[in-house]
Amino acid sequence: MNALGKAKVFDVDKIRADFPILARQVHGKPLVYLDSAASAQKPQSVIDAISRTYGHEYANVHRGAYYLSEMATRAYEDAREKVRLFINAASPSEVVFTKGATEAINLVAHSFGRAFIKAGDEIVLSAVEHHSNIVPWQLLREATGCVLKIAPMEADGSFNLESFAAIIGPKTKLVAVAHVSNVLGTILPVREIARLAQAVGAKVLLDGCQGIVHQIVDVQDLGCDFYVFSGHKLYGPTGIGILWARAELLNAMPPYQGGGDMIESVSFAKTTWAPAPAKFEAGTPPIVGAIGLGAAIDYLNSIDRVAATAHEEDLLRHAMSSLAQVPGVRLIGTARRKAAVQSFVMEGAHPHDLATVLDRSGVCVRAGHHCAQPLMELLGVSATTRASFAFYNTRAEVDALIAALRKAQEVLL
Amino acid sequence: MNADPLNDDLRTLYQDIILDHGKHPRNFRVVEHHTCKAQGNNPMCGDRVNVTARLADGKIADVAFEGKGCAISIASASMMTDALKDQTPDAARMLAHAVRDICTGKDVQLADPALALHMEKLAALSGVRQFPVRVKCATLPWHALVSCLEDKAQATTEK
Repeated sequence: MNALGKAKVFDVDKIRADFPILARQVHGKPLVYLDSAASAQKPQSVIDAISRTYGHEYANVHRGAYYLSEMATRAYEDAREKVRLFINAASPSEVVFTKGATEAINLVAHSFGRAFIKAGDEIVLSAVEHHSNIVPWQLLREATGCVLKIAPMEADGSFNLESFAAIIGPKTKLVAVAHVSNVLGTILPVREIARLAQAVGAKVLLDGCQGIVHQIVDVQDLGCDFYVFSGHKLYGPTGIGILWARAELLNAMPPYQGGGDMIESVSFAKTTWAPAPAKFEAGTPPIVGAIGLGAAIDYLNSIDRVAATAHEEDLLRHAMSSLAQVPGVRLIGTARRKAAVQSFVMEGAHPHDLATVLDRSGVCVRAGHHCAQPLMELLGVSATTRASFAFYNTRAEVDALIAALRKAQEVLL
Repeated sequence: MNADPLNDDLRTLYQDIILDHGKHPRNFRVVEHHTCKAQGNNPMCGDRVNVTARLADGKIADVAFEGKGCAISIASASMMTDALKDQTPDAARMLAHAVRDICTGKDVQLADPALALHMEKLAALSGVRQFPVRVKCATLPWHALVSCLEDKAQATTEK
């Protein structure tokens, strides 16, 4: 909240004009897009960068000895440098392009996991994890016989550091947790988690899919060993994600997939690997995805992110207090430190029915288990409705959500 | 009642009979001494429905369900159990097929007058045809039923 002090007035109308889709209607009603945590909308500059690349600057990268290929290679590597600066990585060779956060976690589980995690070693996850930060470790458990432990959560959705400290120990080799919960919005105390984990010799992976959207991320300051995120939640295209890892880890890790572009030399007798990041980018990479993500980062650098975050916090507060006034609504996830994501349930109305009725008012929300079924079980619900906010949303859109909920009660109750 | 055609769609989907069965499901239990059972899952949303039945003398002597889901899937399951008691498995399969058809926008004519009478009530489920993502909610219990009659343990809405 210290950011609020110096936040300037945030011109949300000017921001909205950068996102062409926000001007459209759905079912004859203005679009109210409250599902950015699932995937964010794209500014025109990202759409233009993709179109310009395919239209004028496209060729395969790292191959052709001709002008266009050099141009595409430069744009691809420039995007890597933009990501490096955006997360303050020490070197661009620590930034690996993947097809998404899910692939990045699978890469770590497959490569780091199989090389360095043995039977009986422990991996600690949190109770709020997305399936993408659960299932890869279960696959690793099947392959290696390692043990998964779950750090508990408080009733309000906050992370319990004391319980976490009690379950980690010398057997803990990896702690893999969300930076921000996609269901509850909880901002996990990741610096403290990293400090405690590293004190017992464990590596730390942060799933930054939601974190990097709502927080300014400095991977060196966070003190983690791996940080992963997806481009499409950060206003960039689909099909691109980032694995950041410390150089010494990437150097020690074996390849994840074999193919072109990841080798130093190939013979039928022996193949040697290229150094990172190429070692982990087998085959033709998502070239235009990377360039589009670079354009999204340019866009984020062009706006006042401190003011944008303050605006999102204002939307969250407005949503929490407005939702609490709707009869029968119960907020799910009320931790003190939260990003602009709010789950809730309404008495007598299943989230899917709510989402259907809301849609007819132009309001897009997510309903279901949010790919976090173990968390749903802990919460004692089978599904929730989730409204998630980006800096392009407005207080009027929160009010539209509330009005649509009241209408849903008329239809469903 | 309302001039807004979009609202009319919603009223067609959530008509009183659907809301009534959704809030007060019939036969919401496990059939005692059931002879077959099946679970229906919608992996997309996590909805679950367990169907149990007791077959005797070539007929469905009892059929019931348990589960978690939206108003549409619970109402569909509830109306299904109402319609199927004392039907033959073949008639049950015919109704299941007919429900799938009306939910996806096809018209259905059943020759058997008794079944046609049941279809009149089940026609309320056809409101989902204006809501393509909700079709699976209405058909899930019927998928589970067909599996139950074949005594497959699992049914799923994903093909």
